[in-house]
Amino acid sequence: MGPDGGWQNDATPVGPLPVRAGPIPTGSSGSPGSSRAVLGARTGGEGPPVIALRHVTRLYRMGDTDVHALAGVSLVIERGEFVAIMGASGSGKSTMMNVIGCLDVPTSGRYWLDGVDVRNLDESALARIRNRKIGFVFQSFNLIPRTTALANVELPLGYAGVNARERRQRALDALDMVGLTDRTGHVPSEMSGGQQQRVAVARAIVTNPSLILADEPTGNLDTRSSEDIMAIFDQLNRAGRTVVLITHEPDIARHTRRVVRLRDGQVVSDERFDRREAVTG
Amino acid sequence: MNIGNDLRSALRGLSSNKLRSALTVLGIFIGVGAVIIVVAYGNGSSQAVQNRIKALGTNTITILNRGRFGRGPATGGTQSQAATITSQDVANISDPNQAPDVLSVSPVLNTNGTASYSGASDSGVSLTGTTPTYLTAEDYQVQAGSSLTTQNVAHHDQVAVIGQTLVSDLFQVGQNPIGAEVYFGSVRFQVIGVLATKASGTGADPNNIALVPYTTAQDLLTGYTNNFTELIVQARSAGAVNAAEQETADILASANQTSVANLPFTIVNEATLLATSASTSSTFTVLLTVIAAVSLLVGGIGIMNIMLVVVTERTREIGIRKAIGAPRRAILGQFLTEAVLLSLIGGLAGVVVGVIGTHFRIAGVKPVPTTGSVVGAFAVTVAVGVFFGFYPASRAAALRPVDALRYE
Ligand SMILES: Nc1ncnc2c1ncn2[C@@H]1O[C@H](COP(=O)(O)OP(=O)(O)OP(=O)(O)O)[C@@H](O)[C@H]1O
Ligand SMILES: [Mg+2]
Repeated sequence: MGPDGGWQNDATPVGPLPVRAGPIPTGSSGSPGSSRAVLGARTGGEGPPVIALRHVTRLYRMGDTDVHALAGVSLVIERGEFVAIMGASGSGKSTMMNVIGCLDVPTSGRYWLDGVDVRNLDESALARIRNRKIGFVFQSFNLIPRTTALANVELPLGYAGVNARERRQRALDALDMVGLTDRTGHVPSEMSGGQQQRVAVARAIVTNPSLILADEPTGNLDTRSSEDIMAIFDQLNRAGRTVVLITHEPDIARHTRRVVRLRDGQVVSDERFDRREAVTG
Repeated sequence: MNIGNDLRSALRGLSSNKLRSALTVLGIFIGVGAVIIVVAYGNGSSQAVQNRIKALGTNTITILNRGRFGRGPATGGTQSQAATITSQDVANISDPNQAPDVLSVSPVLNTNGTASYSGASDSGVSLTGTTPTYLTAEDYQVQAGSSLTTQNVAHHDQVAVIGQTLVSDLFQVGQNPIGAEVYFGSVRFQVIGVLATKASGTGADPNNIALVPYTTAQDLLTGYTNNFTELIVQARSAGAVNAAEQETADILASANQTSVANLPFTIVNEATLLATSASTSSTFTVLLTVIAAVSLLVGGIGIMNIMLVVVTERTREIGIRKAIGAPRRAILGQFLTEAVLLSLIGGLAGVVVGVIGTHFRIAGVKPVPTTGSVVGAFAVTVAVGVFFGFYPASRAAALRPVDALRYE
């Protein structure tokens, strides 16, 4: 009986949540006009939660056996939170992250993103959400090979229909924010893992999304690079962005203010910390 | 996404495996090149036929004084005694009132014989008794000396205008044939002119010839006969050839009290024959073009094959692009651009090689490239790229992001 146990029984989550299909209104601070707004400014706790999962399951059918990668997950994450998802290998963390990031759809249960039930969205609306609202960072960097850092970071803006000049400016700003102004012309194979991951973070934040999702972003990095990446996430979260990351390392989890633990596709614990005390105190 | 980015990423994709891209492009390259070359040669040979029709130039038809073939039955058995072309027929056909489309009629009395001159001889000479109009009708030019005149014909002069083969057979280099006395059989003729070399068509050498007045030929060579071997009828224009043929046939039919269908002469309209051969050769061109186009099809299948491989290889990249918000149509556009670019490169190379290839003669045919075939082949190339690129591209676009990202 975690903190979210209370609303598991509610028919609807918070406020005017359900069914708002169709195009997603872009947040006022997310309009593509403000090229300097990479860090944005969002305050927590107002409006619908960024993420609301209810009884979400994800079933993989492997021949005769069913694998319940998610076996009824309910979770609410408010605007501006900084959350770590932990759990043993195979516990369903990546599966849940993919559902949250609209890369995958639940087998059953419901998922509201910013108050919108994603079941009601078609593929192109989901693509728009992935483009504008969510920034995804992967363990394996996932940069496009043989493509410069700048071009990689520009890519999401291209899909958003931003013109070439503004694309370039905003990509440079994002690369500046992750401290890579001197590597803009490098292709992934010419960069260290830490640098590649910083490019990936720049790409995730360049469209100014309100939600940053990271699946073991430091899993392939040494301590030094991990700290660089976490510093960026700290900064993004301080600027008001919701950050959810998967990690196996308690050191990484300490940066966050909430740790959700999964086991066998279910939430087994959900703890909040006052991170400021833990880190600065 | 915009075309510029698609193009850049397509170029990057293609250049990442240059050898494979080059091999893929070969089919299209060969197809386009072959289409352009085949069409150019077909065009060239049909123009050659047109030129030969023009070289006939002179819009002539030939009436052979012998049993007709290929145009209904001959007037059975009576042919030898009955039908001849007479001087009266020639006069009638020359009459502009009876045959308004006829420009001139040249009667021809032909015999093969031996010509000799001071020890040299030529046994295969074609002795042609005729009128001055024959030279224009058959497109002979007088190179030196003079032509036959109507006076020569009227006076039964023993004069001859001789062709180049005969000149070289009878005379030494540097010797002037004009004024020389040449024997045809036992009859002596004075050479008054030499013909320019005439391009030979098919058949006998047109330069081994001696033109003499037909009256003289009647008197001395063919044994006082009034029968002509043939008539050369020249029409007023290319468009009037068929009408002239009709008028001539009518006159000859009424002179022989028969119908045109039963005319005991053979009328040869060479322009019509050439037109038939032109249409045969154009049928061949169409066939060859189809075969060349099949190569385009095979090239297209090659592109599809490689694009399927490319989509599989880049599944992860597709997953990444989808994860950062690429809509379906952007992925579709990206891979379609790549497929079209592949076939365009092949098409361009094919155009270049095809156009270069049309600078060489093959079997005496000078190819004539047409803009239509170049533009057409190029347009087909684009269509091939779109058509065969669409399936692989739509497979890429339909991938689910999670599955694509997980692909190893
Ligand atoms: N595509 C798939 N097909 C079948 N089973 C799958 C698939 N993806 C995940 N699973 C199964 O679902 C379960 C959860 O997988 P998931 O990747 O979410 O684990 P995880 O918590 O991210 O593990 P790790 O820490 O190792 O990344 C596992 O048992 C896995 O075998
Ligand atoms: Mg995982």
